[in-house]
Amino acid sequence: MLRIEALTKTYGDVRAVDDVTLEVPRGQLVGVIGRSGAGKSTLLRMVNRLSEPSAGRIGFEDADVTALRGAALRRWRARCAMIFQQFNLVGRLDVLTNALLGRLNDQGFVASMTARFTGAERADAIRALDRLDMAQTALQRADTLSGGQQQRVAIARALMQQPDILLADEPIASLDPRSASIVMDALRRINREDGLTVVCNLHTLDTARTYCDRVVGMMQGRLVFDGAPRELDDATVKRIYGVEAEEALSETVTSTQLSAAS
Amino acid sequence: MGWATAGPGPRSPAYAMASTASTFDGDPVATFERHYAEVATQRRRRTLLFWAIFVVILGVAIDVSTFFPERLAEGLPKIGGYLYDTLPVLRPEHLFADVETAGSLAYWYFNLPKYAGLLFTTINMALFSTLLGAIGALLLCFAASRNLAPNWWIFTLSRRFLEFCRAVPEVVFALIFVYAFGIGPAAGVLAIAIHSAGALGKLFSEVNENVDHGALDGVRAAGGNWFEEMRYGVLPQVWPNFLSYIWMRLEINIRASSIIGFVGGGGIGQELHYVISFNYYEEVSAIVILIVLTVTCTDLISERLRHRAIGRENLM
Repeated sequence: MLRIEALTKTYGDVRAVDDVTLEVPRGQLVGVIGRSGAGKSTLLRMVNRLSEPSAGRIGFEDADVTALRGAALRRWRARCAMIFQQFNLVGRLDVLTNALLGRLNDQGFVASMTARFTGAERADAIRALDRLDMAQTALQRADTLSGGQQQRVAIARALMQQPDILLADEPIASLDPRSASIVMDALRRINREDGLTVVCNLHTLDTARTYCDRVVGMMQGRLVFDGAPRELDDATVKRIYGVEAEEALSETVTSTQLSAAS
Repeated sequence: MGWATAGPGPRSPAYAMASTASTFDGDPVATFERHYAEVATQRRRRTLLFWAIFVVILGVAIDVSTFFPERLAEGLPKIGGYLYDTLPVLRPEHLFADVETAGSLAYWYFNLPKYAGLLFTTINMALFSTLLGAIGALLLCFAASRNLAPNWWIFTLSRRFLEFCRAVPEVVFALIFVYAFGIGPAAGVLAIAIHSAGALGKLFSEVNENVDHGALDGVRAAGGNWFEEMRYGVLPQVWPNFLSYIWMRLEINIRASSIIGFVGGGGIGQELHYVISFNYYEEVSAIVILIVLTVTCTDLISERLRHRAIGRENLM
């Protein structure tokens, strides 16, 4: 169970995330929707402490995540893997090494500085890549892959962390519709098969409706909706998206047109 | 009547609104022209001031360095005279005769085996000091990058240390090390290595400051520590640039290591200093030509290698 209590992040006078309280039980696939600038990214980045909260608390099971420092903090980051809109792979390294980076937290200093990974770790990496149908690219440089392929490698890296939670920050926002559905299918499959909690920022409504167990709506840093996808009525959508509502609702404009292959 | 002229005329409501909201009173063009003239005058004044200061500084510099035309005219022939003295006496008929015959190439380069040995030492000094300097720079450059340093203290300390390393000339370090470790290549290597670490460290850290932070975020989110962020998030991105700078430094260090001998740092420079001091004129030219050839060759080779290294895929 991930517990977020009264979490707030301020940049000067701007409250990017404003008093958000949220509980996510194990195994749920939660979509966070909202306009750009609504605070979705900041919220996710605070959960794995890439951003420091200004106020509030994050708890996971019995641990107080907000109090973690040093090695314990890095251990927590490994436990809640993150994938990014821009994939954030190391472009000049091969796909296999990128996947192996998911194990950095377990590595000793010399082993990680000399990039010495064990045979067992390599085997795990290939298995993770294979789950995402990317094993055949293992020795290719990551920056030679297409966006969708890079995102799948990023998911394989996340799996290598053997995480309890997977945070996905706009994972399909820079992808074409077909790649987007492959990536979303993979996320849901992992969510179902491994019982992995997934919290996923999405800017389009139809993706959230198609894939998520639960949808959380954010507006100007505040939580304005929390419920099942079917509870999202037009009035709520208009409230969340404001002037962008038409865009968010129009299935043709919003990139995806996903057909879930459940 | 052009659209730019002021006065009453048909205006769209949007245009009228924009014009009342703007700071221009009356005719916008005239207001702009007035403002433009002001700015231009200001700029002209600044340029004039700049040149005035420049001329004054130039004058002071010439005076201090006694860079006077008559002095130059007086001194130039002396340079020619010295160069003429160093020229070997070569006789075409004996050019390829043995070492014993005056006027042959072999006679001029009678000491070639010794020079070759010293040149070999010099090149090795350059290689080793570049390697040491590169390692030093690599260890410090991440802490000395504004965007990567873990905190202000470490950043400032490593920056200032690198500055110190490159601000002190190699010759000064060499003098100190010759005093400490005695005359010989060890002192020269250490002196050049420290200076190289300072120079390379600055260049490296500037490359680091332009790094794309996406990969860094990725490594951090996977639970990597600071060293792992540098190793995997930064190094693969900057390595080709680093390599290119290291090669360039090697070229510089081959020149530097032939000079460092003058203060007792070993290698061919020490021999050059010796023959200059004792006015062995022909040997001066023999050694200088060898050094020039060596530097040119390494420049050519290293340029080729550098381009190959940068163009290669899968460097890391």
